[in-house]
Amino acid sequence: MNEFWLILGMTLVTFGVRYPSLALVGRFNLPGSVQRALRYVPVAVLTAIVVPYVMYREAGLVFSYTNTYLVAGIIAVLVSWRSRNLLLTIVIGLVAFFAYRLLLARLGLG
Amino acid sequence: MTETISTHTSLTRGAAFVAGMRDTIPMIVGATPFGLIFGTFAVTTAGLSFWGAMGFSLFVFAGSAQFIGATLLAQGAGLGVIVLTTFIVNVRHALYGASLAPHMRHLSQAWLLPLSFWLTDETYATVIGRWQQIDGEPHKEWYHLGSALLMYLNWNLWTLIGILFGSQFEGAAAWGLDFAMVVTFIGIVVPLLTSRPMLVCAVVAGGVGLLANGLPNNLGLIVAALLGIAAGYALETYMERHAPTHKITQKGEAL
Repeated sequence: MNEFWLILGMTLVTFGVRYPSLALVGRFNLPGSVQRALRYVPVAVLTAIVVPYVMYREAGLVFSYTNTYLVAGIIAVLVSWRSRNLLLTIVIGLVAFFAYRLLLARLGLG
Repeated sequence: MTETISTHTSLTRGAAFVAGMRDTIPMIVGATPFGLIFGTFAVTTAGLSFWGAMGFSLFVFAGSAQFIGATLLAQGAGLGVIVLTTFIVNVRHALYGASLAPHMRHLSQAWLLPLSFWLTDETYATVIGRWQQIDGEPHKEWYHLGSALLMYLNWNLWTLIGILFGSQFEGAAAWGLDFAMVVTFIGIVVPLLTSRPMLVCAVVAGGVGLLANGLPNNLGLIVAALLGIAAGYALETYMERHAPTHKITQKGEAL
């Protein structure tokens, strides 16, 4: 496949989603109810990405202590809830992930 | 994270730009491994050329869509399928755009074109709280630009490193560096859960996301997000009607 056409097509549809909503919606007065509903966008979208990503591994739905993503994800939630600090959450979450994965491998469970 | 710069004296353009960059640094930590994995994956598994792989990051500039596009390419999918999937994966940006738009109506096309091109999950999460602050700050677009440019430069730098040193990082996807995205998003969302409607929004979005995971082309993501928004909004409306004296905390809107 010609890479040029692939990149052009992907660029056009991506920009075609990003630009009109940002530039054109601002031309109209959105009703207050819509503006209020839009405040839920970051929480709704990011949670809808993360939860299935963490729970579904290659084997399907994995609700178990052997699911490193799930265990480290819960640790990250706790750190973020207590600290409200993004950088700290990322660093401790990543350390917890790799430490726990190493531990499972050592125990022959990973 | 934006509270640190909410002073009452106006920032200059340059200071707002730098503040936008500074507030985006945590996002960089999360996005960097992704850029590296993308560059590696694009030239090894997906078989893209150097400029093909760079072209994804320079022109498409949409992390998850780039990954899915390259994966489909590796599986031999056709151009139409890849472009359509890219569209569906990126539909969430329309929600981001719509929530930013009311704050940006005074900006010229010279601002709207680049800022919409550079719209990502990370920059949106960084700047939305700043836009929503009612403090008369005149240079919020410079703050936004700082965040967007840093994400763009960093993403392309690590794509390049991934391409150049790809052979040494082969199999990097299996290391679990993708967990950096998970932990970034968790760190963005949890501090926003300051009201009962926000919490319900998250529970519904996450629950539906799990149940609808089998839908093709990430459609489950859109369904889950929309139902989460509806649930949060419905509860907020209900609480206001039934407890008019009880003011719902709206801290959640300022990151």
